[in-house]
Amino acid sequence: MPLQGVYLFGLLFGALIVLAGSGLGALWAGRRSERLAVALGAGGAVVACAAGLVVAMASLVVRFDKVAALPWSMPYGQFQLGLDPLSAFFLIPLFVLSGLAAVYAIGYFRPWAGRNPGRFWFFYNMLVVGMALVLTARNGVLFLVAWEVMSLASFFLVVFDEGDVGARDAGWTYLVATHIGTAFLIALFLLLGRAGGSQDFAAYAAPAGWTGGLFLMALIGFGTKAGLFPLHVWLPEAHPAAPSPVSAVMSGVMIKTGIYGIVRMLAILEKVPGWCGWLVLGVGAVSGILGVLFALAQHDLKRLLAYHSVENIGIIALGIGLGMLGVHYGVPALAALGFAGGLLHVLNHALFKGLLFLGAGAVAHATGTRNIERLGGLLKRMPWTGAAFLAGAVAICGLPPFNGFASEFLIYLGAYRTILGHGLLAAGGLAVVVSLALIGGLAVACFTKAFGIVFLGEPRSPAAIGAHEADATMRWPMAILATLCLGIGLAAGAVVRLLAPAVAQLAGPAAMVDAPSPMIPSVVGLLLLALIALVWGLAVLRRRMLVGRPVRETVTWDCGYAAPAVRMQYTATGYAQPLTHGANSILRPHMDTQLPDGIYPASASFESHTPDMAREKLFAPLFERAAGWLGRLRWLQQGRVHFYILYIVVVLMVLLAWAVRS
Amino acid sequence: MNAAAMIHPLVALALAPLLPGVINRVKAFFAGRTGPPLLQAYIDLWKLFRKGAVYSRTTTWVFRAGPLVNFACLLAALVLVPLGRVPAAVSFAGDLVLLAYLLGLGRFATVAAALDTGSSFEGMGASREVQFAVFAEPALLIGLAALARHAQSLSLSPIYGGLSAAAWAGALPMVCLLGTGLFVLFLAENCRIPVDDPNTHLELTMIHEVMVLDHGSVDLGFVLWGSYLKLWVLGALWVGLVLPGSSGQPALDLVAGVAGLLGLAVLTGIVESVTARVRLLRVPQLLVGAGVLCTLGLLLTFR
Repeated sequence: MPLQGVYLFGLLFGALIVLAGSGLGALWAGRRSERLAVALGAGGAVVACAAGLVVAMASLVVRFDKVAALPWSMPYGQFQLGLDPLSAFFLIPLFVLSGLAAVYAIGYFRPWAGRNPGRFWFFYNMLVVGMALVLTARNGVLFLVAWEVMSLASFFLVVFDEGDVGARDAGWTYLVATHIGTAFLIALFLLLGRAGGSQDFAAYAAPAGWTGGLFLMALIGFGTKAGLFPLHVWLPEAHPAAPSPVSAVMSGVMIKTGIYGIVRMLAILEKVPGWCGWLVLGVGAVSGILGVLFALAQHDLKRLLAYHSVENIGIIALGIGLGMLGVHYGVPALAALGFAGGLLHVLNHALFKGLLFLGAGAVAHATGTRNIERLGGLLKRMPWTGAAFLAGAVAICGLPPFNGFASEFLIYLGAYRTILGHGLLAAGGLAVVVSLALIGGLAVACFTKAFGIVFLGEPRSPAAIGAHEADATMRWPMAILATLCLGIGLAAGAVVRLLAPAVAQLAGPAAMVDAPSPMIPSVVGLLLLALIALVWGLAVLRRRMLVGRPVRETVTWDCGYAAPAVRMQYTATGYAQPLTHGANSILRPHMDTQLPDGIYPASASFESHTPDMAREKLFAPLFERAAGWLGRLRWLQQGRVHFYILYIVVVLMVLLAWAVRS
Repeated sequence: MNAAAMIHPLVALALAPLLPGVINRVKAFFAGRTGPPLLQAYIDLWKLFRKGAVYSRTTTWVFRAGPLVNFACLLAALVLVPLGRVPAAVSFAGDLVLLAYLLGLGRFATVAAALDTGSSFEGMGASREVQFAVFAEPALLIGLAALARHAQSLSLSPIYGGLSAAAWAGALPMVCLLGTGLFVLFLAENCRIPVDDPNTHLELTMIHEVMVLDHGSVDLGFVLWGSYLKLWVLGALWVGLVLPGSSGQPALDLVAGVAGLLGLAVLTGIVESVTARVRLLRVPQLLVGAGVLCTLGLLLTFR
């Protein structure tokens, strides 16, 4: 191996060892000294993430593509780690966000003193190790082990607040969902390994005629982690329940391992049937539109953000679907634009969703509530958090000059190109354009609601009045993420060039030649820079114009009414009502109205709650039926240990007999 | 790129306040009134730009940034939009997406500024604005897709430049469908009758006007000027569609484009005089109808 590889893999292994070691160290130190545990856990995470980021950036820039193997005594397993542009690209948001969220967690957990931070840091660092291994593993067994480490570590982080019944329920939902996904992955890897004769990714081969079926299994298995509709049910439960830095990492990067799995499978399977591309496109459109629609109906700030993850995974799937169709129909430029848009959105979503979850965490931290209806006026009390949240909100709506626009622009460009052409592909492109436009409009509605009701206006509760700005360890990560969102938005062309090798891996090297070059013209960046300068110039102009003139402050115009009250402000529910009402047949909200009654009405109330459609209509009946069927086997469960030992012995005997027979 | 393309944004800045003047004169003519002077909008802007300011104590910098961001977005949009046969100053593949999203950013800023006041009126207007945008944006992007397909280009200037008289006559059904669809969008996005009544002073029925209730002086000046520019930008998309052919001379093209916009203002005034505002609940239907027209226009290009 050339020297370069030794350095890169050495640094990567070093980072993983530091992460695992510091996690274990924090666990050990947790009961002895909290400060030591935090220093070990957070310090290890930050150092390792910085090192990992160097590895990822360097290997992407030099287009490094190598595999390193270590001895491992696992049957069928080989400890093979690989770095190629695709892995390196996914590692970048992982290390950026995990490092920043670790810094944020220091401040976030300060009020939890006396609750043994060692456990948190152990699971947090193991989560990062698990994700990094998932993204670099080149062996099926190693991949699945890493996948489980990641899933279990995140499960323990979701239920970290052990006194919270809601968190335990959410954790249970997550545990079930993730293992259903894993079951599909195990079957998938077994089939691939059987045909290829080894569990190494390099040897994987699809049995003839099975490619489509295998891809479908990958889409279900990985899609469950990614949160594609209707497999997303765990997401709106687990993300709000987890501590905010964990929500940020889970939503920002962990669900992207599902996307990584899907695109890695595309690279392994090489040629998938055309309907797979259409399926991904369709699932993406449904996830995108329903995700944002359900987000619009939520009152819990973090639950709202969780549904937006479903939406953004949908946008990523739209890009990947376009890319797959481009490969299938032999339109290289479309393949390049679709995959580039999808991949760039992976990075962008990690940054702005991480930022938004950290902002939501700071709000929950300062006010003790995540209920949007009880907040308001926080921008004055939390100027840093508010400004950062606003940046994230504009970015997630896909509006310029932030990064969300760049990735959506690429997907639009791909879709519009198909519309210029002929046949079925043009219909697909039109569907993408309509979906993206609809998602964009609904996202603006949702985030003007989230930002406007939470941060603007007057506080709606004593908790909001007493809010305080987050401390420096929480502010800086948000500020850095906001800056990155703006930076990528302005320098999108350069960023797309950086991820070109990863796109080429999926779209084929020919695609990059055919694609428009540069994909995002530099004039866009200049125009957006001019836009910012223009706003600044106008602000200076206004200040000049107002010099020497009276500038007064008074109340908001109250329409002549003498006693305006805080509760007269528009509520989040009211704000979203015109849209949610129109979608009632999909959202099916539960509403409880108590109208004022009598001559001197004493009380009136209105409550609405929008449960998840897939959970209520699909999974709940399915699991109830399964429980009914499996209940017939309940007599096997005696609750006596010696019976269970008997079962184990019987199973072992049967297996032994079977092994001897063949 | 020609000189007309470079001065188009400046011409727009200078002449956009003429559009509401024309609309109001037409409405006055239909109502049998004398009506405000043609240059009333200029007089209003001049007055507002010389006033001192009053801000609500509830508001923050978001409120003050709203009008400026919106105005800057429209200035940037002017650089991207061709007027008739006058190409845009900046043109690249996909500029139509950037144009739509710049209008979206302006909307976001206006809505955020409205919510910053904590007033229920402004919250109501903001809520309606974002609701209607959900239906208007897909319609606009489909309409532009139809034009893009007709011209086989993804950039606005070649798209509109390619609409010669011969091409126009060849695609007359598409032009009619898109023309109607884009005209409805023009009325809706600019808060004109039948979607919104810019003259009403009953806040409960208003959309755009109620969002800017608390803006005054210089800020209101930028809000109004911005709304005139929005008339210009979206009007230019329509004028480019219905004006067949090019004179071959950039200066003449620019004059024709401006004349087209003034004609659009007259048409708007007539529509405002002879139709009633539809109920708010019907507005989405109107916008979806515009989207259907644009989609039909797109389907016609597939023959």
